[in-house]
Amino acid sequence: MDNFVIAGKTYSSRLLVGTGKYKDFTETRAAIEASGAEIVTVAIRRTNIGQNADEPNLLDSVPPSKYTLLPNTAGCYTGDDAIRTLRLARELLDGHSLVKLEVLGDAKTLFPNMMETLKAAEILAKEGFDVMVYTSDDPIAAKQLEEIGCVAIMPLASLIGSGMGILNPWNLQIIIENAKVPVLVDAGVGTASDATIALELGCDGVLMNTAIAAAKNPILMASAMRKAVEAGREAYLAGRMAKKIYTASPSSPVEGVIASTKAL
Amino acid sequence: MIQLTINGEVRQLHQSMNIEQFIDQNNLQGKRIAIERNGEIVPRSQYAEQYLIDGDQLEVVVAVGGG
Repeated sequence: MDNFVIAGKTYSSRLLVGTGKYKDFTETRAAIEASGAEIVTVAIRRTNIGQNADEPNLLDSVPPSKYTLLPNTAGCYTGDDAIRTLRLARELLDGHSLVKLEVLGDAKTLFPNMMETLKAAEILAKEGFDVMVYTSDDPIAAKQLEEIGCVAIMPLASLIGSGMGILNPWNLQIIIENAKVPVLVDAGVGTASDATIALELGCDGVLMNTAIAAAKNPILMASAMRKAVEAGREAYLAGRMAKKIYTASPSSPVEGVIASTKAL
Repeated sequence: MIQLTINGEVRQLHQSMNIEQFIDQNNLQGKRIAIERNGEIVPRSQYAEQYLIDGDQLEVVVAVGGG
C-alpha cells in the first residue's frame, strides 16, 4: 500500500480539502465526500454572542469522529495571533495537535510572512503541536521549518485562491528533494491537471479549497481532484519515460507495413 | 456592574458570574466553543470555577469553513 504518513498517522488520501466558500454545509459535506479527503481544514473565528442559538455548526457536517480536522490560522498577520488561534483550536477540538500554520504578510497577495511563520512554528512545535506549515516556495525557508520540527512543509504553488496553477515547479522540486517530511502544495491549484502535476513532481499531497468550492459544479470537481491526485501519484511512482527532445520514436513495428513504395 | 471586552466588543454584566453562567446566559451551552480569557485558554473543566471580573478580555470562538 502506498500510504501517506503525517505526524505518525497513516492516511490513504493525498488530497486535503478546505471547507470555505461553499454555498452551505450540505454542499461542503458532499464535496468532501466526493473528494475522498480524510484531512479537512477549518478556520477558527469569533462566535456571535447571544444570538443565533440554532445556527448550524460546521462540526455537525464535518464530524471530528470521521475526519482529521486541520484547524488553520488563516487571516492571522502575526505569529502571536496564529499561536493564540491554534491554542484555542486545540481546546475546541479536545486536545487535537495537528494544525496548519499560516501567517500572512500582505492582504493583497496573501503571501506568507516568513519571519513570523518561523517564530510561531518554533513556539508551536515546542508546545507539542504537529505543525503543517504554509510557506513561500523558498527552499531555505522550507528547510528551516523542517529543522524547527514542522511535520509537513506546504509551499504555495501560486497565490491563495488564484487558481493560477504551479508557477515554479523547479523550486518545488528542490524543496521535495531536500525534505525528509511530507511536502504538500498548498494554494494555487486551479484544476485537476494542476493537482496531477504537483503529485508527478513528487509532492506527497495537495491541499486545496477554492479550486473545488469555486468550480461551477463543486461536487464533480471534488471527484475530478480525487482522480487527479491518484493519477499524479501513480505516475510519479511509475516513473515517467525520459523526454526525448525532437526525437520521434514509433510505437508500432517499422517492418511489414503494406506500403506499395518504400517511404523516402 | 462589571465591564468586559468580548470578541472585541465592550459589554456590561449586571452581576458577577462564572464562565459557565455566562455561557448559559448567551445560549452557548452545548456548543463547540473555546474561550480565551486575557490571553490564556480557559479549559472547559474550569468554566464553573473562573469568575469574570471587571476589565476581562474574552475571546469566544467556533470552527467555521476555511481553507
